[in-house]
Amino acid sequence: MSFREEHELHKRRFGRNLGLGLVLAGFVALVFGLTVAKVSNDDFMVPTQQQEGK
Amino acid sequence: MSDASLNSASQAASAPSGEAGFGDFFALLKPRVMTLVVFTALVGLLAAPMAVHPVVGLAAILFIAVGGGAAGALNMWWESDIDAVMKRTAKRPIPAGKVSRDEAFAFGITLAVFSVVMLWLATNALAAGILAFTIFFYVVIYTIGLKRWTPQNIVIGGAAGAFPPMIGWAAATGTVSIESVLMFALIFMWTPPHFWALALFMRGDYDTAGVPMLTVTHGRKSTRLHILVYTVLLAVMAVGAAFTGIGGPVYLAVALVFNALFLRDAVAIWRRDETRAEADNYRVEKRAFRLSLWYLFAHFTAILAEAALSGLGLGGWA
Repeated sequence: MSFREEHELHKRRFGRNLGLGLVLAGFVALVFGLTVAKVSNDDFMVPTQQQEGK
Repeated sequence: MSDASLNSASQAASAPSGEAGFGDFFALLKPRVMTLVVFTALVGLLAAPMAVHPVVGLAAILFIAVGGGAAGALNMWWESDIDAVMKRTAKRPIPAGKVSRDEAFAFGITLAVFSVVMLWLATNALAAGILAFTIFFYVVIYTIGLKRWTPQNIVIGGAAGAFPPMIGWAAATGTVSIESVLMFALIFMWTPPHFWALALFMRGDYDTAGVPMLTVTHGRKSTRLHILVYTVLLAVMAVGAAFTGIGGPVYLAVALVFNALFLRDAVAIWRRDETRAEADNYRVEKRAFRLSLWYLFAHFTAILAEAALSGLGLGGWA
């Protein structure tokens, strides 16, 4: 079975998908970094559970 | 609006959608304008008296940049008819037929909401609120409202480009203070002479597009006088800022040099007429435009230098 030659359109789509993938990966890394920065802040406090009836 | 612009707009609107490259969408964000947004926001963030965690600072600058880019995309969505008939903007993604108007609108709106929400989560509500207002001001007040009906479009619209250092400052401190208002004022006063110098040598572009720039409505002689008046006001404000919280000896030295150079060019522009300007292909106007870019960069670098020196106990006049 032979593969058809890749069209210019496919290269453009691949470039767009790759770019979007990298942006999303960067965003995930940034949110992770933000979480670590905020949790390790001295002012950070874990919300206390409310007791029933209060 | 001319027939040519209407035709171009309809062509742009019917461009094949869904096949634009990554670079075409990136171009919608106006990357060159974004560099100014990033730089001035960064100075606002770093000049603030409160330390910010590096990751939070990075995230804040990134989301401010994305918000600025979203405003740029929405500006291109609305102005695709003007862009198509202006030589300077004809190759932008929408008039070039690479991105459809609907795609640009969806892209811009999505990024605008995303950037405001993320800046809020990363920093505080005030910074996010100013970013939201900046996008609204640039897209609705300037692009949709003012640009096509008043020659003062650049003066009032310049406020949109002046907000980033204020957002950076608010991201760090959670407040608006006199220092951040001064940084805002510096860009606000700088914008009119910067753009009017451009309008003088991009001769014909704005006329063709029917944008009521000062050069079109009041003539080029009046524009030259306006550049001089605004540059004098800018110089007074910029040098005066040296004696405030963001200033100091380093800033004063930079401000004196660059304002003297900018004033020299503004006077030269005012004294020239069109015949002389055409004869040397707008040499002085082009020089003033290039200088104006260095002018802003130098002033904000000096503000940053003063902030860095004050961290060592050397900044300001104390």
